[in-house]
Amino acid sequence: MSPLNRREFVVVGVAAGAGLVIGFYLPHKRQAAKEFFSPNAYLRITPDNKVTIVVARSEMGQGVRTALPMILAEELEADWKQIEIEQAGASTLYGDQTTGGSASVRTTWDPMRKAGAAAREMLISAAALTWGVPRSGCVAQSGYIVHGASNRRLSYGELVGKAATLPIPADVPLKQSKDYKIVGQRLARVDTPAKVKGDAVFGIDFRLPGVKYAALSRCPTIGGKVASFDDRDSRKVPRVRYVGKIGDAAVAVVADSVWGAMEGRRVLNVNWDDGPNKDLNTAAVMESLKQAATKKGASLYSAGDVSKAQGRHVKAEYQLPFMAHAPMEPGNCTANFQGTTCELWAPTQVPQDCRDSVAQAIGLDPDGVKVNVTLMGGGFGRRLEHDYAVEAALVSKALHDAKLGDGNNGAPVKVVWTREDDMRFSTYRPASLHQLSAVLDVAGWPVAFSHRIISPSISAQKGQPGPNGIDPDLPDEAAFVYALPNVSLEYVQAETPVPLGWMRSVYALQAGFAGESFIDELATAAGKDPLEYRLHMLAKDQDIQYFTTTWHTGRMRGVLQLVAEKAGWKNPLPAGRFRGVACFACFSSYVAEVVEISMETNAPRVHRVVVAVDCGQVVNPSILEQQIQGGIVFALTNALRAKITIEKGRVVEGNFDDYAPLRMDETPAVEVYAVTSLEAPTGIGEPSVPPLAPALCSAIYAATKKRIRALPILS
Amino acid sequence: MADFTLRVNGNERRVSVAPETPLLWVLRDTLELTGTKFGCGAGLCGACTVHVEGSALRSCSTPVSQVAGKNVTTIEGLSANGPHPLQQAWIAEEVPQCGYCQTGQIMAAAALLAKNPNPSDEQITQAMTGNLCRCGTYERIRKAIHRAASTGGVR
Repeated sequence: MSPLNRREFVVVGVAAGAGLVIGFYLPHKRQAAKEFFSPNAYLRITPDNKVTIVVARSEMGQGVRTALPMILAEELEADWKQIEIEQAGASTLYGDQTTGGSASVRTTWDPMRKAGAAAREMLISAAALTWGVPRSGCVAQSGYIVHGASNRRLSYGELVGKAATLPIPADVPLKQSKDYKIVGQRLARVDTPAKVKGDAVFGIDFRLPGVKYAALSRCPTIGGKVASFDDRDSRKVPRVRYVGKIGDAAVAVVADSVWGAMEGRRVLNVNWDDGPNKDLNTAAVMESLKQAATKKGASLYSAGDVSKAQGRHVKAEYQLPFMAHAPMEPGNCTANFQGTTCELWAPTQVPQDCRDSVAQAIGLDPDGVKVNVTLMGGGFGRRLEHDYAVEAALVSKALHDAKLGDGNNGAPVKVVWTREDDMRFSTYRPASLHQLSAVLDVAGWPVAFSHRIISPSISAQKGQPGPNGIDPDLPDEAAFVYALPNVSLEYVQAETPVPLGWMRSVYALQAGFAGESFIDELATAAGKDPLEYRLHMLAKDQDIQYFTTTWHTGRMRGVLQLVAEKAGWKNPLPAGRFRGVACFACFSSYVAEVVEISMETNAPRVHRVVVAVDCGQVVNPSILEQQIQGGIVFALTNALRAKITIEKGRVVEGNFDDYAPLRMDETPAVEVYAVTSLEAPTGIGEPSVPPLAPALCSAIYAATKKRIRALPILS
Repeated sequence: MADFTLRVNGNERRVSVAPETPLLWVLRDTLELTGTKFGCGAGLCGACTVHVEGSALRSCSTPVSQVAGKNVTTIEGLSANGPHPLQQAWIAEEVPQCGYCQTGQIMAAAALLAKNPNPSDEQITQAMTGNLCRCGTYERIRKAIHRAASTGGVR
């Protein structure tokens, strides 16, 4: 479909009652809608005084279904109790709907505020016209327009008809943050009650009438294929309805129940063509990174000239392994192929990618594919892939083509992955190698700092390399916010056949662990306190321009000072307790952490983590605390144990016994402090992850004088 | 295939399934009680926790044949009269993030409080360490259990 046709499609949607669309500005097409007032695609107000706010990002636990509507409701001057939430599926109305990069609040802050403000101004005009009074005498308050002089008020619901006839203002005044009533409050999340009752519908819970269930046997060797398969035993399993090849590398077993499909798969005999990676192992991957390190990389950032700096030279190498997201809800997707259309119910962070990839896989126009977004049992980046959706669509089409549908021209099927599937067929955080060097002056302060990141590129592997040999994630995730005269940050792209994906904080985890651990080494070499050492490098207020982000040394200094105060950095610790510190800036936010540990038979026990964050204005402090506490637990798993091993081209780890996320018994107390700020909000989902491992390793060094230069710590 | 009679949330339910079918899939697929979750299939994460005769049990690793005739309680039947004190505490403390593991967490906590109405931190840790939460909500889970206990959380 051409862009023009796509546009007309939207207009037809409006006429059919889908709402009016501010993003498209088609006032000449606009009809007066009596039944509801919808000045833009995010908002619909009905005469029953309900305010429906559309959330065009995916809820995976990070609270977008609450936080984004709070922003709109604030400008609308709505009563939070009258708000209802609607989840958008894949659409053309909301721009890029990708949920990732800690970006939902920071990238919709302006559009959501403007959407609410435009509606508020139109409702004020509608009331003023109704009463025949000047607009200036009317104010919006908690879901009403109030005319103080005559002591009259009309609810938003009562103004729907009039407001819908008014022109949409192009430029609207936005509130000042001192006047906020909703933003900044600890409002209860809208999704909590259903989640504690067991009513919440995650992807795996969604059920269409007549749905069948599929389990896929995928080639365990990376890049391998199906050579042949024998399905005789599978077909003997009760209620197995279909066995067939899906793509080159998988065989699907379809049954009337999930368990039937899994049992059918268990007894399926597949001969695999292992392909080119059958001898690949982790050691070979790490060796390939060392080889790649001999190449010249692309410059990420450069100040002064590190090669000319004079003084004492220090250098070190760091490395990190592959890691898996392992969200609690295993992969799944429901698809219903109906010949010329396909509808999906997908737990996905990328509804639009699902739509486009499914369309391509089954030969439909993207407009023939409808993607509904379900709740997700965790994402952490795993659901930035569209593999589950494509599998479900292919199996549904296979059933449809085999005339095994539901009899109504549909063939609904739900693909369900097991935990082992999730662990072994994930897309992994890339393994990486880091070469660091610095030059210290006579006093021990650094005059030059150099960091070479050697890592395969996630985007390049997916066929979307960034410009100039720089992975497109690095601009958000690898800044160096210390004011030094000579700095060089370099990226060397390595190659690997191991499937790569974006995992919570992505390259910031690697860059933060290596860079901040090395700063700790420099402080040790200089015989200085690691916190004072950092503050010295941040003493001068300076802007650091890193790609499109302007970082401020003062804001980094602010979180370090706050964390030092709250952690009691200057107070002596009880015997046997040790602490470490680190800070990092990514996704436009600044975070500093102090980790307090004791050592128990060579393993650290983390007792307390104090976190200070500067993420601009805080939309919901309770959600902020959730995201930071969760980020610390996630990061502690990464630091202590998370490692995916490759042997003979296959992923070794399979379940929560050999890939073991943190449990309650290892979880420290996490204290969260946010800097008071009037800046626009920035990311909170990921920025707490990177400082944890270097702060922990700094504490371990304090305890043992042993420097940890490779994760995981307990390897 | 074989027929089994279960008492699920106080109701007698007859199902016709393969005897080795885990209770989890009978609950989810056959009885459409999807509040009980599939996380690992190996008794490692606790997302599938239900009560059988009042004790917490991993439904993913329990063949349905083993619970025939027994009383099974799922999150849907935890409390007949409005939310259970633990569910109220979970709301008050804003525990869930993604929420996927939380029904299993609540079932594990309910079994704990039934035996020990006022558990210490250590006892909570011991009872809850079998339940994984990848979002890292453990601190608020602990607070919510204390809150429910302080309001008379057994029911």
